[in-house]
Amino acid sequence: MISREDVVHVARLARLALTDAELETMREQLNAILAHIDALKAVDTRGIEPTSHAVPQFNVMRDDEPRPCVSAEEMLANAPDRAGEFFRVPRIIEE
Amino acid sequence: MKIHELTAAYTRGETTPSRVTNEYLERIAKLDDKVGAYITVTAEQARSAARAADDRYRVGRPLGPLDGAPITLKDVFCTKGVRTTCASKILESFVPPYDATVTERLAKAGAILLGKANMDEFAMGSSTEHSALRVTRNPWDLTRVPGGSSGGPAAAVAAGLAAGGLGTDTGGSIRQPAAFCGVVGLKPTYGRVSRYGLVAFASSLDHPGPFGGDVLDTALLLGAIAGHDPNDATSIDAPVPNYAAELDRDVRGLRLGVPDEYFIDGMDPEVERTVRAAIDVLKAQGATLERISLPATPHALATYYVIAPAEASSNLARYDGVKYGLRVPGHDLIDMESRTRAAGFGAEVRRRIMLGTYVLSAGYYDAYYGQAQKVRTLVRREFDAAFSRVDLIVAPTTPNVPFKHGEKADPIAMYLNDVFTIPADMAGVPAISVPCGFTASGLPIGLQLIGRALDEATVLRAARAYERATSWHTRRPELAA
Repeated sequence: MISREDVVHVARLARLALTDAELETMREQLNAILAHIDALKAVDTRGIEPTSHAVPQFNVMRDDEPRPCVSAEEMLANAPDRAGEFFRVPRIIEE
Repeated sequence: MKIHELTAAYTRGETTPSRVTNEYLERIAKLDDKVGAYITVTAEQARSAARAADDRYRVGRPLGPLDGAPITLKDVFCTKGVRTTCASKILESFVPPYDATVTERLAKAGAILLGKANMDEFAMGSSTEHSALRVTRNPWDLTRVPGGSSGGPAAAVAAGLAAGGLGTDTGGSIRQPAAFCGVVGLKPTYGRVSRYGLVAFASSLDHPGPFGGDVLDTALLLGAIAGHDPNDATSIDAPVPNYAAELDRDVRGLRLGVPDEYFIDGMDPEVERTVRAAIDVLKAQGATLERISLPATPHALATYYVIAPAEASSNLARYDGVKYGLRVPGHDLIDMESRTRAAGFGAEVRRRIMLGTYVLSAGYYDAYYGQAQKVRTLVRREFDAAFSRVDLIVAPTTPNVPFKHGEKADPIAMYLNDVFTIPADMAGVPAISVPCGFTASGLPIGLQLIGRALDEATVLRAARAYERATSWHTRRPELAA
């Protein structure tokens, strides 16, 4: 069972500011979903390799040559806040 | 109208892409308030693209079988200069600086984009009710859902608000709405169609694919979007057959597997009866039936609800209020990010991010994610074993008929809708849903055909054989203005 502390911890990892009521609903729903998922633990997978992709492809490379890309101006056009050629964010380092 | 009928009429000079595009735009203006298929209508661009197609037909040099076809894209595909929302508040104002590969390929084939279609937010859902921007209704019964997550394009094709469209299928999101809306929907082999420019949900499971009014249109759309793309590292470099050319070969001698695990207690008896009758139609066409077993099927759902949220929690980390989309101010960076994400994501997306973050977190990774990946191997091996004995697997697309809005408020009840579609996503094999009848109350039912990896041609051929022997695909819902 997931505890309230677990939910608070995971919400912080996931960067989601949830209210107390939302944390409680989330705890109940995650526990209900995990109760279904827990059935997987009973499946015998000894000696079975994991599948990360249905169609395995490895080491897909391209030539290391410059190619045209989207301009800085176009990339910044969707930014919620910018300063010149940069994305502006709230202060990270203390003064 | 079907795309192949429209382009034939253009070639004969009976109508023009501009006239048809205007008819579709007028119909959208008149009827989409009822259906709610579109998030954004691109009328001006559509008219200008149609005029270019007019010119090509006038000089007798159309670009191919999709030139002048009015289509829609699920709002998960990037369209340069046209906002792409993923039906989320967090991307409500996002205008991509580039086109998805499929967007570009359809444009090069002459298809005319009418607009961007509704969906469950970030493609997470089975009813389109998780759209943060709009309600979409099933054109056959407006009190019911169109399915999801690609409910917008499916409803648009069913209601005659587009002649074809593209969606994405991660756990059934093309096939289930196709079944619910009475249209054809194909999930190609994983890697057959590029994911470049598709807003990512679960990268190892996301499959772009077409919706059509019939199997031929679906084959034509697949032909235009399939094929290797160097911009997608998981794209398969294999030749693309001419799907339409192979379509009308018969199915004599084709071996069809009927899996026990796809006919279960609790499924709608009308669905079971209708799908079994549809399988008999294929038998009457000369196919042979074999009872098979895919015992890992019941575990596929739980496997999916570990792998898909895990990948989603990682993919959706990019929505941080910095580069694009919504920003809610906060007292520092983490506070800004956390407020932005809480305000921008809806309940289902938050739930899956939380679930995915949990199953990937320290101490739980092996028990959940590692084990799910191993069970995924079992699902895949069972398909491999089945396809050594049979050419196709035939089954219902969904256990139930379209449900009412609000009927599946419990997340798990919603998830159970996808039990018959998730396994093919896990294995990456191609699968189609074709209309195979209606309930007594007039709701559509879908027949699912699952094939070998890269063998979309056989899937389409059998679907076409079924379609030729029946007339379900000619029925359309009546929508009064």
